[in-house]
Amino acid sequence: MIDKRVASAAEAVAEIADGETVMIGGFGEAGSPIELVHALIDQGASDLTVISNNAGNGQVGLAALIRCGRVAKIVGSYPRSSNSTVFADDYRAGRIELELVPQGTLAERIRAGGAGIPAFYTPTGAATELADGKEQRSFDGVPHVLEHALRADWALIKAGAADWHGNLLFNKTARNFGPIMAMAAQTTVVQAATVGAPGSLDPETVVTPGIFVNRVVHIADPAQEFDLVAQGAHYP
Amino acid sequence: MSTPPPGLTRDQIAERAAQDIADGSYVNLGIGMPELIAQYVPEGREIVLHTENGLLGMGPAPAPDAVDPELINAGKKPVTANPGAAYFHHADSFAMVRGGHLDLCVLGAMEVAANGDLANWSTGQSDAIPAVGGAMDLVSGVRVVRVMTTHCTRDGTPKLVEKCTYPLTGAGVVSRIYTDLAVVDVTPEGFAAVEIAPGWSFDEVAARTDAPLRDARPGAVATNRGGSEPRSTRSSR
Repeated sequence: MIDKRVASAAEAVAEIADGETVMIGGFGEAGSPIELVHALIDQGASDLTVISNNAGNGQVGLAALIRCGRVAKIVGSYPRSSNSTVFADDYRAGRIELELVPQGTLAERIRAGGAGIPAFYTPTGAATELADGKEQRSFDGVPHVLEHALRADWALIKAGAADWHGNLLFNKTARNFGPIMAMAAQTTVVQAATVGAPGSLDPETVVTPGIFVNRVVHIADPAQEFDLVAQGAHYP
Repeated sequence: MSTPPPGLTRDQIAERAAQDIADGSYVNLGIGMPELIAQYVPEGREIVLHTENGLLGMGPAPAPDAVDPELINAGKKPVTANPGAAYFHHADSFAMVRGGHLDLCVLGAMEVAANGDLANWSTGQSDAIPAVGGAMDLVSGVRVVRVMTTHCTRDGTPKLVEKCTYPLTGAGVVSRIYTDLAVVDVTPEGFAAVEIAPGWSFDEVAARTDAPLRDARPGAVATNRGGSEPRSTRSSR
């Protein structure tokens, strides 16, 4: 029998170890797996490499993980936020490393990691300083940059609906990096607002097939990072 | 030099840029000033807006009591989804971008060079937090890349230049620039003004452009103005 349900967010992230790489879904405040990230803060793992488009908002979620000193390095495209200085403060103080990647290249590196493609050429970033030190090659007269796949030990993502097999649906633009991060991690942990028995989701509409998901946590009424930031919430 | 009148407002620049968008286009509008263009699409034309965080068919901002924190645009602002909209993940979104499926993007700029180079992501200052987002993907993948910007910075420094001083977003990517003072095409011979704002003369605009500017308005006698000789007439001594 396949049943990927786990009783709590704490249990789902308990094995994340110091020094591991964690993909965290979300774009801006949409799709942040807040409950999973807060469980990771409670759990205490440190020296983490986090792959995430942004570097957190306000004083919750990923911003709180950084503020607690758990993140050694961020791989992302846009670590600036109008409502948080947590990453900026650590970056300026030299306490956190940044690998800056164009957003589409970040997405494709993650997709490639999940699809068994070790590297690929892309025109994005050619002739810019983000191509410095990278192998370049011309195709049909257009310069391209060699980019390597990204994989992670863990992915923490937020879905709208799941079933016990880990099949997933998402909500609007909260989908963002969820489906590709689910493919690219050794262990993918999903928090979902509804978790049903197999057969509860229409196979025609499944966005992420359960083969890419290892653990499903039912978070019935997930916090919205947007609301927490607006309220000035602070975690822990 | 006499003081010319104010140039076009941001809304007027947006309205001008919108005139050039063909019916049926799939379009990505950059964060900031270019977002205004969506409000000025001429009557009778339907365009589909792409926002790279995962939505085709983006509609206007919702009423304050109808905000959905999980329905936002690339600028992280609440939006709506029009009838016929579609959601997708990031790899699909950037396949649309990089794969040449979008007809047009209009972006903001810090500098545009006479060869079409664009700088709009970094001041290159050491204390700035590096952040690039999807700008490099858009300029390398979208079929037509245009810029909407003020002609000069607030302190009067021209943004249309011979060579970008800020770090590049992409090389040779921009084809047309809409500013408060002019519509300028990037041609193999450099900048060419195809329209000049009301109340302004070609010479006044050329004086605020830090590269040679050709007068390409309909009916204009070929003239060139600017800091150095235009390359089309450069002698080969």
